[in-house]
Amino acid sequence: MNNILTISPSPHIHSGDSVKKNMRDVIIALLPAYAVALYSFGLGAFIVSLTAIFSCLLFEFLIQKYLIKGKFTLGNYSALLTGLLLSFNLPSNIPWWIVVIGSAVAIGIGKMSFGGLGNNPFNPALVGRVFLLFSFPVQMTTWPRPLGWASSYLDAETMATPLALIKNAIYGSSVSLNQVPDVVSLLTVNTAGSMGEISAIALILGGVYLLIRKVITWHIPVSILLSAGLFALIMQLVNPSVYPPFYVHLLSGGMMLGAIFMATDYVTSPMSHRGMLIYGVFIGILTMIIRFWGAYPEGMSFAILIMNAFTPIINKYVKPKRFGRVKK
Amino acid sequence: MEMKTFKIGGIHPADNKFSANVAIETLRQLPSRVVIPLSQHIGAPATPIVGKGDKVKVGTLIAKSSGFVSANIHSSVSGTVVKIDNFEDAFGVRKPAIEIEVEGDEWEETIDKNAKIDRTFNLSSEEIIEKITEAGIVGMGGATFPTQVKLMPPAGKKADTLIINAVECEPYLTSDHRLMLEKGKEIMIGIQLLMKATKVNRVIIGIESNKPDAIELMTTLSSRTMSVEVCPLKLKYPQGSEKQLIVATTGRELPSGQLPIDVGVIVQNVGTAYAVFEAIVKNKPLVERVVTVTGKSLKQTKNLLVRVGTPMQFVLDSVGGLPIDTGKVVAGGPMMGKAVSNLNAPVTKGTSGILVMNNKESKREEMENCIRCGKCVEVCCMGLQPYLMMKLAEKAMWKEAEEEAIYDCLECGSCSYICPSHRPLLDYVRFGKSKVMQIRRERNLKE
Repeated sequence: MNNILTISPSPHIHSGDSVKKNMRDVIIALLPAYAVALYSFGLGAFIVSLTAIFSCLLFEFLIQKYLIKGKFTLGNYSALLTGLLLSFNLPSNIPWWIVVIGSAVAIGIGKMSFGGLGNNPFNPALVGRVFLLFSFPVQMTTWPRPLGWASSYLDAETMATPLALIKNAIYGSSVSLNQVPDVVSLLTVNTAGSMGEISAIALILGGVYLLIRKVITWHIPVSILLSAGLFALIMQLVNPSVYPPFYVHLLSGGMMLGAIFMATDYVTSPMSHRGMLIYGVFIGILTMIIRFWGAYPEGMSFAILIMNAFTPIINKYVKPKRFGRVKK
Repeated sequence: MEMKTFKIGGIHPADNKFSANVAIETLRQLPSRVVIPLSQHIGAPATPIVGKGDKVKVGTLIAKSSGFVSANIHSSVSGTVVKIDNFEDAFGVRKPAIEIEVEGDEWEETIDKNAKIDRTFNLSSEEIIEKITEAGIVGMGGATFPTQVKLMPPAGKKADTLIINAVECEPYLTSDHRLMLEKGKEIMIGIQLLMKATKVNRVIIGIESNKPDAIELMTTLSSRTMSVEVCPLKLKYPQGSEKQLIVATTGRELPSGQLPIDVGVIVQNVGTAYAVFEAIVKNKPLVERVVTVTGKSLKQTKNLLVRVGTPMQFVLDSVGGLPIDTGKVVAGGPMMGKAVSNLNAPVTKGTSGILVMNNKESKREEMENCIRCGKCVEVCCMGLQPYLMMKLAEKAMWKEAEEEAIYDCLECGSCSYICPSHRPLLDYVRFGKSKVMQIRRERNLKE
């Protein structure tokens, strides 16, 4: 017999799933929102996103090659995804060199300093974003008006985001709430904000794709949206002259982008479904606390990063439901 | 119709049941020699009662059950005993077996080879169990637990339901499916005999929805008896696992560490029910079984009725031999079957299939970092955390592994199957589980 037989323990088949396939699916799911970003912000969105992607790839490559001297990992698309997500969290009129710095922080500090994909406690793209928000507060909060390819990259006409208007109302401006865009604008394209967050519809579309492809489960997005929505509804009922209807909160700012794409990051979210629900509920509540009473109009990034820090402890104490452990 | 299934975990591998429409074929050609292992079941090996030079026929008892959990072994051929020795089994372990040189094909006179079904039998429960014990019947699904042991509940425990496991959730395998289609009437008689033996008057036959023809046939056949009910099940692996099947069909969740009888259930494989029919109605001991010979690279896949003791190589030759690009041969299904290292080793009572995989299918992908996606946790049908148990096993943290209930693992392989990083989760869990079980045994001995 010439055959040499392979011996290995069962199972002898595999689902064919891979890290690369999951990352690719998330990138595909981001495409509708990316299209909206290009349509609304034109050249700026194009430059910011390509800069972020290219610098994330470059930094991961350089760190792998010269610092870690580890396995080549660009092929699994995770650095590309980090770059794309980082750019989604930036205004499209931000100077390109700030984007490069943000990418360096996201990849270098957020991911590679912990040993690369799988070992980072915090969402790398959000580490980059929050670093930029603290370091370049002016550039990070100057929002271009969505004028499409007509708008200029750096000297874009600016406008306030819906959440900034809502914050002004909380601070006492009586006319501010009337200027918040209507639901149709919030769902589609007609608001200011980070380049990837302005169209709730496009983001939800991507979320549905991720659910169908079983890349994510419903637990995190739904628990975030429900808890945040409920909180917003309570405040709306308490004082409708200061707090806008709950759906405005759900459709504006980083809510959809955060709930569907940022909080569901595999590495930094809990492992069990029950853990995911707890994690999601707290993100929703924290986001709304920051939106209502914090210094910043938007709290999604902070809420996710805070809950990232709690993920290990959730994993330790919240176990999945075991078989055969029913109490009689 | 909303079909039943188990609630926690589970996966949906491609079922690849290529041989589902291929009728069972008897492998008429016999090898020149057969090697019949003395341990084809869980429990103590049987004790040989023949010696070198003895003449045997098909069905002659050649080794006797040597304990409570053990099983009789019969000759599957007629000829002369040439050797009683240790032989290398399919997985490279030397185990005691009896080698017989085949001469002709003479059967014991007591065996009824007539295809006619005689329904007139009047046996008591004890007599049925005795005949099953004599015939050396073991669980035919692959677990090979001696059947009579399951039929005799310990004092104080009583079963109210008999579940017939016709799930066959392993991809590729079709032997149970074909058996139901071709021997449905016989299986129903076997089930009635099992009912009588266990004094149970409720039977549930669990069949997965990918076998609609079998569901239909068994439903028709059981419609005459009020107490037998066919339960179509939603396709999900590992539904054929005892615990998952019991909860899917009856809603009873077997507590950790307990046996089906503790929740009033006895589970028997559909192939076992057929073997029981043959043993009692035809007086035929367990000397042959249906083996699915399958694989993507094979020109033809078959369901072969093979004599126990026939070398696997001989069986493979009957379907045209191993393709040139063969990388792995698996005894059983792809999820829980074992990779074969010695093709000269025999088919045994528990060999439900021989799966041929090509070079490409045989190799695992390179492992990557755990990306903590939680998919292993999601698919674990016991509600365990495979990623964590792997880490604990890697670091030899046995106390923590025990706290994580690593001993509950069924080794179904869903975690390794689903892992996008291709991490060998089950390899580590299996290692950790054996360590923890050893520690528990030692502790129990001390107490």
